[in-house]
Amino acid sequence: MTSFLIPPALVLIAAGAILPVLSARLRTAMILAAPLVTLVQVWLVGDGPAFEVSFLGYSLVPVEGDALGRLFATVFAIMAFGGGLFALKQKNTLELSAAFIYAGSAIGVAFSGDLITLFVFWEIMALASTLVIWCAGSAAFAASMRYVSIHLLGGVILMAGIAGEIATTGAVEFTAMTPDTPARWMILIGFLINVGAPPLSAWLPDAYPSSSWSGMVFLSAFTTKTAVLVLLRGFPGAEILIFVGLYMVFYGIVYAILENNMRRILAYSIVNQVGFMVTGVGIGTVMALNGAAAHAFTHIIYKALLLMSAGSVLYMTGKEKCTDLGGLFRTMPLTTVCGIIGALSISSFPLTSGFISKSMISQAAVDEHLAIVWFLLMAASAGVFLHAGIKFPWFVFFQKDSGLRPEEPPWNMKLAMVLFSVLCIGLGVLPGLLYDLLPHPVDYVPYTPSHVTSMLQLLLFSGLAFFLMLGLLKRTLTISLDFDWFYRAFGKAVAHKFGLARMRVWARFVKQSYTALERLVAQIYRHHGPRGVLARTWPTGSMAIWTTILLVAYLVLYFFAS
Amino acid sequence: MDDHWLVRPTTIRKLWVASIAILALLVATDIWIHHHEHFTLDGIFGFYAWYGFAICVVMVAFAKALGAMIKRPDTYYDD
Repeated sequence: MTSFLIPPALVLIAAGAILPVLSARLRTAMILAAPLVTLVQVWLVGDGPAFEVSFLGYSLVPVEGDALGRLFATVFAIMAFGGGLFALKQKNTLELSAAFIYAGSAIGVAFSGDLITLFVFWEIMALASTLVIWCAGSAAFAASMRYVSIHLLGGVILMAGIAGEIATTGAVEFTAMTPDTPARWMILIGFLINVGAPPLSAWLPDAYPSSSWSGMVFLSAFTTKTAVLVLLRGFPGAEILIFVGLYMVFYGIVYAILENNMRRILAYSIVNQVGFMVTGVGIGTVMALNGAAAHAFTHIIYKALLLMSAGSVLYMTGKEKCTDLGGLFRTMPLTTVCGIIGALSISSFPLTSGFISKSMISQAAVDEHLAIVWFLLMAASAGVFLHAGIKFPWFVFFQKDSGLRPEEPPWNMKLAMVLFSVLCIGLGVLPGLLYDLLPHPVDYVPYTPSHVTSMLQLLLFSGLAFFLMLGLLKRTLTISLDFDWFYRAFGKAVAHKFGLARMRVWARFVKQSYTALERLVAQIYRHHGPRGVLARTWPTGSMAIWTTILLVAYLVLYFFAS
Repeated sequence: MDDHWLVRPTTIRKLWVASIAILALLVATDIWIHHHEHFTLDGIFGFYAWYGFAICVVMVAFAKALGAMIKRPDTYYDD
């Protein structure tokens, strides 16, 4: 049934835990070896439960193999390798430790056979990813606290849902559900918070771009994609996901159009891309589910590539606002080319990975005769090219001459970008490689003359629109308000307006309570402390008296109570 | 001074000419390549070209209008 040596999740978690104590050379070896060992272990996981553990009377299945789990675990391991290679020169060594634990627990989620294991890995992911953000330094602290608050909130809702589900059904297995009980709704909401769904989508573009140049490469991959995975497993065909997904798609486009910070543009485009996957899960046919799973796979790779390209620019120039950048193609040709390959892939250009995955979702809409969904998905495909496919490379590498003449990044960063570029094009040219890994048999041919020319028309005319409207798209030194305004500005203003007077009362209350507590402790110490009256050696007779008194008291109480 | 060949006005002009030629050619392929019509509207000639273009104009216009309301200086949240 199964022949792996170590549960795949534990390889990366253990590697992450020992990284800080290794010497520089061993550390590099571990960073590159652990993901490869993980990959082997992932592929040794056979179908079905690998082993069971009894916990509080429930039988847990920490590792249960299936095609979907292996697909996601595979790309998570590839991501840990590429990200590790890219981040080798990251001075903050804690970041990679956290990132590996984060990646390992994502693999743990991928193979979770029951809701309790799922929840444990889910929470480790939340904490490890917060640590990744922390590693960017004090400037990221506030954002990381907002991030972890949202995720702990999501975790609490998820846990309440899981507890409710177990209480009503008595089963802990994680299988496909329909949102028909309050508990299942809570599970769904817990998943949707991590996927970046409205109204809380703002946690993603708020937190991720405050991480370091290498941190965001990892962050882009795991949280939202494990959420897509659990939606695929838990709620395939839940109709509400079509609406949620379509909202996310357009939210990402509109906010990215307005954005000035290159990594925030890419953060909004994560929400946009994940929106396509969520829509696919909502459509729920074999074609749609395959498409959502395939798109998650290709997305992790091209988004990481885009963020490596952006991370290289940030690493070499220290700048990430479009208004400060431009013209970098002169001295960073490789970074530019790799960034463009990522940009073409995210836009689903023919011969790139995005083309062979995203089109399955729109094909599913056609098959199901969902006309409005299809027209919106087509509009969104055009919008992806507009907000990420052209906008990112144009404003960072071309646009104007910013006067910056940065060199290419170090060898390891270039190698990571080339590797992921090869994967983007390789999967685009040989779609069978990916289709063979998908959860259901694939009956889809991406390369037909009609599909290629229609996609090229859609994209190139979007490009034409971009350049004709360049004046309207000029970058400004602005941010766009989002839902996080309610907890970042409104809440603060309310606290200022009404809170201060009460704060003083509160402070007095805290002080008085503290004094009272101190007095109580002192009193207890007086009686029970080493010199206290109750600490003396008492004769056995007095013990008997006290016992009698207690018994009498008990009898009296019992008499009145009954 | 910036003298990279890619940003010279003559190059940019050539790029525009080449791009427009490619766009025209691409629309022309609709004459030979039959797109399977899924929903009436997409059967119109050059659907993907004009739909892609129009939708981008609409989205940029929408974003600009929304931006007029929700854009703030990027120091807005700084204390």
